[in-house]
Amino acid sequence: MNVLADLLQYLFSGLTNGAIFALIALGFGIIYNATTIINFAQGEMVMLGALSAISFYHLKPSLPLAFVGGVATVIVVGLVFERLALRPVREPTPLTLIIITVGGAVLIKGLAMLYWGKEAYSLPSFSGEAPLYLGTATILPQNLWVLGLTALLVAVLEAFFRLTLVGKAMRACAYNARAARLVGIPPGRMVQLSFGLSAALGAAGGILIVPLTMGMYDMGTMLGLKGFSAAILGGLGSSLGGVLGGLLLGVAESLACGLISSGYRDAVAFFILLVVLFLRPQGLLGGRE
Amino acid sequence: MLKIRNLYAYYGAVTALSGVTCHVNEGEIVTLIGANGAGKTTLLNAVCGLVRHEGEVTFGGRSLTGILPENLVGLGIAMVPEGRQLFTPMTVAENLELGAYRRYRRNAKAAIAEDLDLVYQLFPKLKERRQQIAGTLSGGEQQMLAIGRSLMASPRLLLLDEPSLGLAPIVVEDILATLTRLRREGVTILLVEQNAREALKVADRAYVMETGRIILSGPAQALLKDRQVTRAYLGRDYKEFTEGR
Repeated sequence: MNVLADLLQYLFSGLTNGAIFALIALGFGIIYNATTIINFAQGEMVMLGALSAISFYHLKPSLPLAFVGGVATVIVVGLVFERLALRPVREPTPLTLIIITVGGAVLIKGLAMLYWGKEAYSLPSFSGEAPLYLGTATILPQNLWVLGLTALLVAVLEAFFRLTLVGKAMRACAYNARAARLVGIPPGRMVQLSFGLSAALGAAGGILIVPLTMGMYDMGTMLGLKGFSAAILGGLGSSLGGVLGGLLLGVAESLACGLISSGYRDAVAFFILLVVLFLRPQGLLGGRE
Repeated sequence: MLKIRNLYAYYGAVTALSGVTCHVNEGEIVTLIGANGAGKTTLLNAVCGLVRHEGEVTFGGRSLTGILPENLVGLGIAMVPEGRQLFTPMTVAENLELGAYRRYRRNAKAAIAEDLDLVYQLFPKLKERRQQIAGTLSGGEQQMLAIGRSLMASPRLLLLDEPSLGLAPIVVEDILATLTRLRREGVTILLVEQNAREALKVADRAYVMETGRIILSGPAQALLKDRQVTRAYLGRDYKEFTEGR
């Protein structure tokens, strides 16, 4: 009976982390669809979201304001990053651009260290710390916030891509960039939009998770790599794949952590990444190309 | 309406167009015929700004130099690219909707709805299948959708690149016949075709291209009867041609 309760506990914490990986994975996918590059600065957007929300909270202790302020700040950073670091590149090949994003990630992390220092910050939970009991397993209200808001964000994002003209234009650009240009869809605008959207998703992920984990200038790197693994696992560019990849990865990590040893936590993500790349490089739901 | 003067284009060291001069008058159907690799597609791509080129291209007196491809529809030029280039995972209706992408912001909803009606009237098949995924349409229907999508931009000049490619002869006739109807709706047409016979049947004037140059031009009816054209592009007199050597 105890084993079952433990499993339930692992499942909950796994799903919570997995939801954050999913948000980050979606960010990778959106930028990949618009540009065919991987934006390795995505993890830093998560860190920036968390830390700037904390700073906003210290200015004025209101969680909704901190959330909005954090997301807005990071959207601006994402747009500026695209405008200053990627758009001016004279001969943009995917490889050059990807390497620039790696450089951008290091730069953003460095600047964050200068501004926030090396200590860890925390943000209060969105609605108290009193755990809820589910049989013998306990669950924190913040876990529910993470799962609920992630589900909401994913639904809104999906509606945007399926129902709005701009969302459809972004998809059209991913399916056939040349044809999209000929019907009058400006690719530059779509790329810009994709950076703004991914930055917002990453920031939201960071703000949601930071009450559970504490925030530090270097938290983005590992989260970014996990989100990347999730995106690859699910199928890069597929939104359903990103969500599925994120949740699977989160649960796998949590199970490995609980059943084997917490030392294996990070190894699991990258082991899965390697296995996927060897056996099914297009990911679980990715189309064959 | 469209004037092209002394147009040159290169792919690396290869010259794809060497000094092409031609024009399309308002209300005309002009066809550009020639064998594979003659430079027909390059010419269209140069007009659209998709290929780097030298020379002068003007549309209604306005130079197209430096225009980005995505801004052409705003000027009234729409292109039906070679191989349809549909948004294959999207529905027929979504493809058509995106064809009018630039017009939504100008609050042209009523005009867009009218154009959608026109497209559905021209191609009733598309109306039947409007919720179907574009990639699952037959080749002919896909070509209709490609033309329909470009019409949704409400163009004054329509550029078509090989609309007959890979289609059954009867479907080709069908599609080319709609061009005559479009002209009646006030659309000027530049049609690039390898299928010279069918193209000449619907066109007013024609240019014949070979290795990046225009080697012959004139009224379509006259070219249909021209011996040189018949031999090279219409496949008639082939026996006589080979035996005579």
